[in-house]
Amino acid sequence: MAYKIIGSQCTGCSACEPECPNVAIYEKNGVFLINPKKCTECIGHFDEAQCAAVCPVDLTCIIDNAVPRYQPTA
Amino acid sequence: MQGETTYIDVDAIKPVSPQLSAQLGELLEKVAEHKGCGTSGGSGKASCGSSDGPEDMDPEVWEKVKNHPCYSEEAHHHYARMHVAVAPACNIQCNYCNRKYDCANESRPGVVSEKLTPEQAAKKVLAVASTIPQMTVLGIAGPGDPLANPEKTFKTFELIAKTAPDIKLCLSTNGLMLPDHIDAIAGFNVDHVTITINMVDPEVGQHIYPWIYYKNKRWTGIDAARILHERQMQGLEMLTERKILCKVNSVMIPGINDKHLVEVNRAVKSRGAFLHNIMPLISAPEHGTVFGLNGQRGPTAQELKALQDSCEGEMNMMRHCRQCRADAVGLLGEDRSAEFTTEKIDAMEVVYDAETRKAYQETVEQERQATVAAKNAEKEQLAQLADAEGISMLIAVATKGHGKVNEHFGHATEFQIYEATAKGAKFVGHRRVDLYCQGGYGEEDALPTVIRAINDCHAVFVAKIGGCPKDDLKKAGIDPVDKYANAFIEQSAISYFMDYVAKVKSGEIVHRVRGDADIRQGAFIAAAA
Repeated sequence: MAYKIIGSQCTGCSACEPECPNVAIYEKNGVFLINPKKCTECIGHFDEAQCAAVCPVDLTCIIDNAVPRYQPTA
Repeated sequence: MQGETTYIDVDAIKPVSPQLSAQLGELLEKVAEHKGCGTSGGSGKASCGSSDGPEDMDPEVWEKVKNHPCYSEEAHHHYARMHVAVAPACNIQCNYCNRKYDCANESRPGVVSEKLTPEQAAKKVLAVASTIPQMTVLGIAGPGDPLANPEKTFKTFELIAKTAPDIKLCLSTNGLMLPDHIDAIAGFNVDHVTITINMVDPEVGQHIYPWIYYKNKRWTGIDAARILHERQMQGLEMLTERKILCKVNSVMIPGINDKHLVEVNRAVKSRGAFLHNIMPLISAPEHGTVFGLNGQRGPTAQELKALQDSCEGEMNMMRHCRQCRADAVGLLGEDRSAEFTTEKIDAMEVVYDAETRKAYQETVEQERQATVAAKNAEKEQLAQLADAEGISMLIAVATKGHGKVNEHFGHATEFQIYEATAKGAKFVGHRRVDLYCQGGYGEEDALPTVIRAINDCHAVFVAKIGGCPKDDLKKAGIDPVDKYANAFIEQSAISYFMDYVAKVKSGEIVHRVRGDADIRQGAFIAAAA
């Protein structure tokens, strides 16, 4: 259902936050987190997940396998 | 970079046809309106030589640059700048930068900057301005890209323009988003913008930029480099149209863009850039950058100088850049950022007194005019040296600023390098010597580092020096000179050079060409603590 940010890799640069079309990204203790309830993996908005596209550290914004993949309605 | 020094084949760097490049340079000179400051060139370029400004410089331009330490070499001895780290996000990836630590381009890797909100930044600017009255310039240079954080950047400008209107505002960008924000930049009266341009050919660029983020998409390879290049050129042209001074920074990466930077120089000059700053790649495995990890080396001191020299005929070159951090405070080459942490600022009582600042800056201006007068007085004697043509030497200088030889050899964290020729003394660079890798070094380790850093110099001017290092320097063929303590640097350099030439003529000594030197050695991990 969502992307997640690996906290230990996050530099806290904030690049992802304004790019998220769902306003699902927020800061906590100097690193950024994704609210899985709001994340749509950018489906319906963009061809690629914006957080992953802009993140300066590889494999930091990744699909969270702990939750089911996002299913677009309609 | 360490160990043996290598000689550089100058022909490998210079443009293929000097005549062609000279003609092009002349042509472009006529086209470009801006006349430069920043160096006193051997090629008759503008030189920031007097308080009224160089004869061939538009007075309007001179007014903009004369107190800006990054745009005027002469100003950098007297005026300070500060950066506020309000822009952590970036929209491109460079192979010389690792965002997990800090940006190698603007910051020393491993030293984590404190991020600031625009409000904290505005408060910091006031605190610094009232403590360091010669602080005349505020820049936003990251640690990411200011224009990838437009709201934070412009909010900061807005706050500072209100509270400290006498401070010049500037920013440094990779250029990707510059065309979109040009009106906001002009609106805040930002009259200095620096763009980092490392290539004008996407074929070259793809080896420097693995990806960019543009229009909601990550672009890679040659497409990424092409978009970045086109946006940079468009942004530069838009700055020129609006008469906003533009400095171009380029990172010299041997084997990747070193020869290509001559083309970059022509391209940016023809689009109206005011000053070109070619900086050495900072690269060490500890930085964790792509270039650091794949063993890409930085240039040697003489490689860098040869490239800067070959571009100088076409455009004003900046050589006094310290590649400072995105939260640097103070004169170039000194870093007082530790005095102004958020915690300390909160405890400070800040009184912004524009009158005191103005009075102090007037004193600085007098001091600066004295420096220029001293230099010009000595220069006249050089006429006697017409037959010294051909002899040139580099001199390392230990200085705390004010344009004087006023630092103890053992306390110097950097040496400024002056080139003395029959045409006069000219600042050509600087060498860091506080970068002792990993810490845990003793005095006995420090001296070879210093010698490697100034190995291409004939002499080192100091305010004072101990007996031991004196002997070791002599053994290395570098003359330690303390007789110019507290004298003006350029005047001293010319005087030393004249003595030297006289000795060569009388046969007392034989002129020798010195070797190469290291610009930086290792990563700056252990702070001077």
